[in-house]
Amino acid sequence: MGRFIYLDHNATTSADLRVVEAVMPYFNKEYGNPSSIYKFAQEAREAVEVARGKVAKILNAKPEEIVFTSGGTEADNFAIKGIAYTNKERGNHIITSKIEHHAVLNTCKWLEKQGFKVTYIGVDKYGIVNLDELKRAITDKTILITIMHANNETGTIEPIREISKIAKEKGIYFHTDAVQTVGKIPVDVNELGVDLLSLSGHKFYGPKGVGALFIRKRTKIDSLLHGGHHEKNRRAGTENVPIIVGLGKACEIAMEEKEKEENRLKALRDRLQKEITKKIDDVIINGHPEKRLAGTLNICVKYVEGESMLLNLDYEGIAASSGSACTSGSLEPSHVLLALGIPPEVAHGSLRFSLGRDNTEEDIGHVIEVLPPIVKKLRAMSPFGRGREGGLRWHTQKR
Amino acid sequence: MAYSEKVMEHFMHPRNVGRLEDADGVGKVGNPVCGDIMTIYIKVKDDIIVDIKFKTFGCGAAIATSSMVTELVKGKTIEEALKITNKTVAEALDGLPPIKMHCSLLAEDGIKSAIEDYKKKQGGVKNKGKL
Repeated sequence: MGRFIYLDHNATTSADLRVVEAVMPYFNKEYGNPSSIYKFAQEAREAVEVARGKVAKILNAKPEEIVFTSGGTEADNFAIKGIAYTNKERGNHIITSKIEHHAVLNTCKWLEKQGFKVTYIGVDKYGIVNLDELKRAITDKTILITIMHANNETGTIEPIREISKIAKEKGIYFHTDAVQTVGKIPVDVNELGVDLLSLSGHKFYGPKGVGALFIRKRTKIDSLLHGGHHEKNRRAGTENVPIIVGLGKACEIAMEEKEKEENRLKALRDRLQKEITKKIDDVIINGHPEKRLAGTLNICVKYVEGESMLLNLDYEGIAASSGSACTSGSLEPSHVLLALGIPPEVAHGSLRFSLGRDNTEEDIGHVIEVLPPIVKKLRAMSPFGRGREGGLRWHTQKR
Repeated sequence: MAYSEKVMEHFMHPRNVGRLEDADGVGKVGNPVCGDIMTIYIKVKDDIIVDIKFKTFGCGAAIATSSMVTELVKGKTIEEALKITNKTVAEALDGLPPIKMHCSLLAEDGIKSAIEDYKKKQGGVKNKGKL
């Protein structure tokens, strides 16, 4: 296989070489335990605090408001379970949306089993959370609202400021999963008005296995992990110094480069979208036309199934993803696309291209060249088709 | 998820794709809501499946199992074709990932449904003859 084109940056990114370099000394040179008191270990403590400062800076937060975690999933679990348990005498109701990442959805579902009540708010056809529905869902028992900053599948950016205003008026804590936005677009915790915010390193050229939770001062929250006095008693466990340093470095790099990169990605993504819709019939663009992450393109190609497109793309050296059931390990297609009102049989034909730093004009050109013949081949194999004689009719097949 | 080389080979180069205009039996199975649906056409002569074509909407495993089942039953008698199970199809493909085993059921159901349709049509013809 000659060419390899990686178009799955919303899943993960390769660590920046500057991040890799920054990390290395902390494995075997500065390997001290940051909790130890001797001078040698203080080098490691200092490195963790410098990294904390960099994470705080990209969020416009205070360093003491940042707690390191093992990634986005832990940060989400920490925020939601922590708020739920500390504030349960105030109420037992949580509001979230139908399009959250499973790290949020399944945490909420687990809390339901523990006696909490959860309302899952719907979205419009672009994937924007319905604010009226959200307002109506609030009761005097509501203790937390958790809505993601941008959706990982469609890239749609949610009206976080508006939601935080609603939450603040009612004195309800507001958490946002910003795993897809930190390092890509401006994320200012004060401007957004959030009380808690999750981020993950490997989505923006940092290492895997590290993330952080921003916890606004004076937020009442229980710990998720109990043990030693690390992270000011908020997250027990010896700090993973090397990758924490890597997260800090990734934030520092993103601060400098994200704006320029966003413009570049938007131009590439727009070209990909334009050419695909020009060359392939019956394609739907998912997500908001403008309020969308620059590098994300999510489409549904009617009459064909997502995994079979992915396998063909893989054969051509192109890595992308799909919300088809066959790629999720369940029988249901993407919960996000279904929440947008897309029929399941169409949602099975979804493709997500998420662009990043290593992508070039040539990459986009190659995708545009190989995708139409793949779709043509699979459509010729499909019993469905628009007005195809003898073909099964679309949308009418019921069990 | 890892598919066997044989699955990938059948997926990339499926055999017997298409439809038969003068099919003696047509089987339609699956459900697009679940992500896979298959139409299978058979031509029968002297109780032998002399020609077979399929069209499938589905994942790699659904397409590969469709292709494999058509190869397995082509030239076989109706009785022999009915003995083919999803296990036979999966084994002929050097196995399928566990979560994809239901796709091999689609292939088995597809051929059975086409034979059923053939028999029904035959029955209709016979009854007509008697009248």
